[in-house]
This record gives sequence, C-alpha cells and structure tokens, in this order.
Amino acid sequence: MTTPASPPSPYSAALSSSKVESHTLSVLVDNEPGVLARVVSLFSGRGYNIESLTVAEVAHAEHLSRITIVTSGAPETIDQIHHQLERLVPVHQVTDLTASARSLERELAMVKVRGRGENRADALQLAEAFRARIIDATTESFIFELSGKPGKIDEFVDLMRPIGLVEVSRTGVAAISRGPEPI
Amino acid sequence: MPKEMTGAEMVVEALKDQGVDTIFGYPGGAVLPIYDVLFHQEKILHVLVRHEQGAAHAAEGYARSSGKVGVLLVTSGPGATNTVTGLTDALMDSIPLVCITGQVPTHLIGSDAFQECDTVGITRHCTKHNYLVKNVADLPRILHEAFYVASTGRPGPVVIDIPKDVQFSRGFYTPPAGVAHKTYHPKLDADLNAIQAAVEMMAHAKRPIFYTGGGVINSGPAASTLLRELVALTGFPITSTLMGLGAYPASGPNWLGMLGMHGTFEANNAMHDCDLMIAVGSRFDDRITGRLDAFSPGSKKIHIDIDRSSINKNVKVDLPIVGDCGHVLEALIRVWRAEAKHADRPSLDAWWDEINHWRAKKSLAYRASSKTIKPQYAVQRLYALTQNKDAYITTEVGQHQMWAAQHYHFDEPNRWMTSGGLGTMGYGLPAAIGAQLAHPKALVIDIAGEASILMNIQEMSTAIQYRLPVKVFILNNEYMGMVRQWQELLHGGRYSHSYSEALPDFVKLAEAFGAKGIRCSDPALLDSAIEEMINYDGPVIFDCLVDKIENCFPMIPSGKAHNDMLLADLSDDAGLELGSIIDEKGKMLV
Repeated sequence: MTTPASPPSPYSAALSSSKVESHTLSVLVDNEPGVLARVVSLFSGRGYNIESLTVAEVAHAEHLSRITIVTSGAPETIDQIHHQLERLVPVHQVTDLTASARSLERELAMVKVRGRGENRADALQLAEAFRARIIDATTESFIFELSGKPGKIDEFVDLMRPIGLVEVSRTGVAAISRGPEPI
Repeated sequence: MPKEMTGAEMVVEALKDQGVDTIFGYPGGAVLPIYDVLFHQEKILHVLVRHEQGAAHAAEGYARSSGKVGVLLVTSGPGATNTVTGLTDALMDSIPLVCITGQVPTHLIGSDAFQECDTVGITRHCTKHNYLVKNVADLPRILHEAFYVASTGRPGPVVIDIPKDVQFSRGFYTPPAGVAHKTYHPKLDADLNAIQAAVEMMAHAKRPIFYTGGGVINSGPAASTLLRELVALTGFPITSTLMGLGAYPASGPNWLGMLGMHGTFEANNAMHDCDLMIAVGSRFDDRITGRLDAFSPGSKKIHIDIDRSSINKNVKVDLPIVGDCGHVLEALIRVWRAEAKHADRPSLDAWWDEINHWRAKKSLAYRASSKTIKPQYAVQRLYALTQNKDAYITTEVGQHQMWAAQHYHFDEPNRWMTSGGLGTMGYGLPAAIGAQLAHPKALVIDIAGEASILMNIQEMSTAIQYRLPVKVFILNNEYMGMVRQWQELLHGGRYSHSYSEALPDFVKLAEAFGAKGIRCSDPALLDSAIEEMINYDGPVIFDCLVDKIENCFPMIPSGKAHNDMLLADLSDDAGLELGSIIDEKGKMLV
C-alpha cells in the first residue's frame, strides 16, 4: 500500500525540483554565549536538515570556535543555508567544503562490543582490518576507538552488530580543506 | 577620559550619545535602576505606554516615520515577552529597534526567579541580534554596538538584556567611537561589473518594470530621490510592494499602483508580461509573487538587495546585486549617464500602450452607493481632504489596510506605516503614537478596523497623557473583514467567529478615554465629519460605519498567477460566486 503523494505547493513549486545533496559547511564563529543556539535554531526555524554537527573552540585567544555542519538539501537550499548563516552577527566566515571538492572529513567513534570465544577473535580481527584501537578491555568486552570517514564507521558498526555491539558514541564530522591555505 | 558610573547611568548616557530623544517603555522591578536615572534627566522623553507590545509598535512607528532607531525599555519576564510580537514585526519589516529589557540579578538567572524568563532565548528567533550583559565592563560596547547592528545593513530589532545587578554595578563608560565590529560588515556598494551588466540589460529591455520595496525606504530619503531620477531617466513603469509605497510618488506618471495579492490589474499584468524585472529592495514575498511557477515566466530578473540571503530565496534571479539600494541606484544612474544609454523607445512605447490598456480596466473601481458608506469611498474622501496636509498614515491589518494602500496615495517616503510581513493586528494605534512623537505638528491618522483597533486600544491613554492628537479612523463593518472575505471565498460563507460581536460604542469609548468621538454612517455627511476630525486639536476616534459585506478587490486568489486576477463585479448586486474559483491546492495556502 502506498500513501497518496501530497500535491506540490503552488508557492514552492519553482525552486524545489532539483535533487538533494549532502554538503559539509564549516562555520567560524565568535565563541560567545548562545552562538551555537543561534546556528541550530536557524536550521530548525527555517526547516533545514542537520545530519551531523560538531563544535569546539579552535583559537582560545581570539575566542574562535569552529562549527562543522553536515546538511542536506537541493543546491538552492544549500545556497540559502550558506547565506542565512553568514547573516548571523557573530559568524566570521562560512565555507562550503563540499563545493570546493578539496576537503578531508573525519569522524571519531568509540564502539563497545561484548562477546566471548569466537566472537571475541572475530571482533579483534575486524578491528585490525579497520585500524581500530582497543582503548578498554575486560574478559568479556572491548571498546574500540576508530576514526575515518563516516561511511567507514557505519561499516564497522554494522560488522560489530552480530558479534555483540553494545553501544556507539560518535563525535560527528570534522572537516578541513586540503593544501597549505586556510579556508 | 572614560567616566565612572553605574550600569543604569551608562544606559541613559549611551542613549544620549546615540542621539535618542524619545523612548517608549513601561517600568517594573528589574529596570528600576534605569528608571531612577531617567528621573534625574530631561534630555530623553520617556513615553509611558499601556502595554509593552504598544511600546514596540510605537518605536516602530517612530523609526519608520523618522529614519531613526526606535528605542523601548521594558522590565523582565512579562515585560520582555510582551514585546515579542513587536520585535517579530520589526524583524519581518526590517525596522531598526533597540529594546532594552531588565533581567533578574545574575545570581538568580536560571532559578525561576520572580518575573524571570529566558529573554535572549525567547527573542533569539525574533531579533537581528541580542545580548545578555553579564559584566558591566561590556555594557558600553554592547549599547553602542546594538545601535550599529540595528541601523546598518538590513535593519532590524536588537535586544539588550541587562540583569539588575549589572545596572547597579559601577564601571567606566566610553562614548561611541567608530565601530569596527569583529564579524558584522554590511556591504553597501555593489560590484561595478554587476552595475554595468544591469545597465546593459536595462538599455536592451523591451518590456521593463521596476518592482520596488521597503528597502528603498530603509535606505533613506536620498534613495527615493534617486529612484525617481532613474525612473525619469529610463521612462520605465514602476510598481511597489505594500512596504515601499511613497518611494516613488503615486502622482508620478510612471506609477502603476501597488502590486501583489490586492495590487492593481496593470501592475500585476505588467509584472507577468515584462521581459526585464528590476527588483529594488523587495524580497519576492508570497503576497507579491502568487503562484511561483507561473510568476513572471518570460522575464530576466535583476535583484538589488542589501541582504544576500534574500537573493534566490523564493525566486531565482539572473543578476543579483548585493548592496544598499541608495548606493546601487546612484551607481546605476552614474553608469547609465556615463555610457549615454537610452531606453529602447519604440518598444517602450508599445509596452506603455499595453499597460494603458490594462489601466483602462480601472481595477480599483467599486460600486458606489448613496445610502451606505463604501469603505473605499471613505478612504478616498479621507485622502482627498488630507492630501495637502502631508499626513502620516498608519494602519492595522485586514481589508481596511488594503483599501488604505489602494486608495490613499503617497507622494513621499516615510509617510506610510503598516505591518506588512507579520500582519499584526493592533499595530496601527501605537505606531501612530510613535509617528506623532517623531512629527509633533503633523497630522497622523490610523486607518483601522473595528476588530484590530481593540487589540491595542489601551494606547489611547498614552495618546491622552502626552496630548498626541492622533486620529483613529475606523472602517467599521462589524466583521473581521479579511477573515470574512476568505471564509466567503474558501469556506462556503460559513463565517466562523469572524463577526465582531458585542462591540463597544466607540464614541463613548473615545469620551471615556478623554478623546473626541465621531460617528458617521451617511455618505452625504462624511466630508464634514472628516473635516471635524481633522480640525479637532486632540485625539479622535472616528467610527465610520461602512458597508458590511464589501470585499477587497482586485485580488489574486491563493495559488493563482498574476494574470489570473479577480476583479470586482460592478454590475451584479448579489456579489460574486467565488467558491469555485480557488482550487483545492489554493485552499491549503494562506
């Protein structure tokens, strides 16, 4: 059974025809109270997606924080998000790292796996193949630390599931542009 | 040499240094230190409103009519939350406001203290920027920065939330210096290549149109002068949004009237059929575009806007020009002259012929009556009797607002104050109070509806207290008229809760406040009644009893295109059969 598709709104028909893309935006902000709330409420208030969000101070003396947001939408929507972010008063700079096509993306995950006997050996073998480190171990569990592209982490987690996956904690994506220049 | 003083003294000192002479406010526990400082000075007039929403709209009316920043001062908790509608209104219509709110002392923040609320959290969504001042050392910088952020770029409301202990703390005040903000740098001048490209497109256009908006007004009176110059230079037709009325004179030869949902037949058809659209400080709002996929399908579009995020938001444009309207218009004129450009005259003449054909429809016409006052007639007479008085007009929201926009004609900017983006009923009376304070000798009229006026009627007390001779001209049809009109069009004439039941006697109400009340229901007596209102030296509530079931036309029904307008049926007394005109999709829209 399929649900009937709702008719496209006559108001929005013109712009929403193109396909959805995933983009990573790097947002350099003044590290002042409420700045993260400003960025996040911009997304919720205007109906944009957040697939992943990371934030940390990157220059203590200058009070600069870097927010990396993975979002998805039609190219026009991504463009809107870019310029809406630039409009926020404490925002220094917004860079679409996906548009520049020369960026690196990494995520860190800690994966807790429980198991004995054969499962334990399987887990260790797979961890080695994925270059995951053991950061905690008991006779019946491991915690692996692993970093890489989000897809690689998804893959590792999927493999651990039948072996005895307990839980996962992921940092979300951090991204940077290649080469000697800053963004 | 920085002077040492308390935080509360800094607030008042900064207001003086920013050239503020009037503020709107309401005292309460968390702002008492600032009120105590106000008590000891005479440079700043504090206007006591009767509700904080009134303070926000009054500050908007003051700002919109004067070009200055509107300032309001309210207490914590309910004082702050009551301003939210006004702040949102100012954000939507790009009105520069600085709103100072008291807050509970810093050590009580987060404890659910009496009259505590998360003001910066609540107002984050409805301000251009906001601040919670936790240290008195930051206060002078934040005060000056707030004025800078509110008034530059795309203007908007800024909130400064000041805890009571910070108001009492002592620190060093520094006067405003040239602001060099770390992150906020609005771009005023456009890229010259874009200007040249625009001039080129204009010179080759066969069916061009200027579509201007509130951005021209916000840019200052010089932008309106430049707009007039460019229109005269090119000979292009011009239409404007609700917010942009007055930038180009309604008496000007190239004026097509307002466009959009209740715009004129000629303006909307010209927008639909043009081959070049030059959008100046307008934002392709849904009330303007109608059905997007049928919006001006054959045109190239130039969009001039100071806010980069307005470009391509609703309508994809061919040439974006990011900059202040005044600066861009000046550059367009300069380059047009320098390159000795001229419009394609034969094509333009043919275009004007077409437009004049649409004009001949007289889409603002209505069925006249000698028995009842038609609301359009009331606005027309009000205009006729005040047009030489340089009046300032505010409105509430609804049918009366659209009739005012259609039938009151503005020849100058800053004379028209209305809630465009948010559509706030209750805006008009406080806005009129603000406009009257900015222009004490001017004739200020709030064209109102009987439903809207009751939303902020308490501000009549403010008008009385400060002897502000504002005139409230109510088009009383005993309905929330626009709601009733939509129920007629969309909901089979089931007038669910749109009848203004149990109305007060507005004449007695006026008298109860200490104002003058006038009532008129006879078209033959209307002129003399309006004269009586104008000539009365004090606030007036004019209860103009109009035709109860008149609809506002022309109209682009929801989900329809510009060339799909409904015009008033002037012959049929039974009214129009409209239920079938709007389709299911259209009914989903607002």
